[in-house]
Amino acid sequence: MSAPEWPLWEVFVRARRGLSHNHVGSLHAPDAETALRHARDVYTRRQEGVSLWVVPASAITASSPDEKDPFFAPAADKVYRHPTFYEVPEGAGHL
Amino acid sequence: MNGAVTLSDAAVYALRLGDDALVLSHRLAEWSSRAPALEEDIALTNIALDLLGQARALLTYAGEVEGAGRREDDLAYLRPEGEFVNCQLVEQPNGDFAVTMARQLFFSAYQLELYRGLTGSADARLAAVAAKAVKEVAYHVDHAAGWVIRLGDGTDESHRRMQTAVERMWPFTHELFESDEVTGRMAAAGTAVDPEALLPGWGERIAAVLAEATLERPADGWRPGGGRRGVHSEHLGFLLAEMQHLHRCHPGATW
Repeated sequence: MSAPEWPLWEVFVRARRGLSHNHVGSLHAPDAETALRHARDVYTRRQEGVSLWVVPASAITASSPDEKDPFFAPAADKVYRHPTFYEVPEGAGHL
Repeated sequence: MNGAVTLSDAAVYALRLGDDALVLSHRLAEWSSRAPALEEDIALTNIALDLLGQARALLTYAGEVEGAGRREDDLAYLRPEGEFVNCQLVEQPNGDFAVTMARQLFFSAYQLELYRGLTGSADARLAAVAAKAVKEVAYHVDHAAGWVIRLGDGTDESHRRMQTAVERMWPFTHELFESDEVTGRMAAAGTAVDPEALLPGWGERIAAVLAEATLERPADGWRPGGGRRGVHSEHLGFLLAEMQHLHRCHPGATW
């Protein structure tokens, strides 16, 4: 089969109620309904999830590797954004 | 009607259901590494494994009620062709993908009606197998219907091939709904479902899928049958030769 390739879909699985959907991989499918079924077959065969999302890969806007420095480097020296300077009050044990 | 069911009726019935699942499972496994796309390869193998699981439970049960000490492997690997009591639909060769999907839709839609009915069986083992399998089969129907609709209502070429496939598999569907003495006695006792009673629900579902797929319902004509009595098309022997080869060469081989 060397027909034009099916579009690419990104697959997100929610492992349990209360958790968010996580990206688990991608697959090819001719349409959204089929993509959902393929996702079920490819990514949830071992009880990995209770909910599935499929998103056309073309609908995702991604940051470019060229933009890595302007995007992410400025955060590197701003340790005060981590809550490590904050004294945990006594009695608040589960933070 | 005294409702008495002999042990052999239950064994024969479980064997029929088990053989259907086993043979179709093997046919689908033949697609392994050859399906049109990787995703579909996995989907077909998943369905094959669902069916294999059903076959194991049913053949194990058949061996138990038979009471002759035969286990699932003995029944699967050591019976000759004439002792297999699957319907002829499931042994038909895969053909192209359209044929495989037509065969799957027709069979899974039948199995869905059957297992739904069997969940209320007075035979607790059959009811339990059916209750587990009915969810699997609902997905098989959904998967096959999706492809029949997409191919039927697709390009000129896919429509032509899907219509041809539906016509090729259609004659083999009649056998699914034939009642005989075994099903008659068991249905009267509330342990089995009368095959004839499954036809209206099946027909309705198939008509809806064919309509959405813009496919013509084939005319009824030739009615091959006899699978339940061990009469098979020429294809089953080759399938069994491949399926049973390893076990017969190396009895009791495990991995």
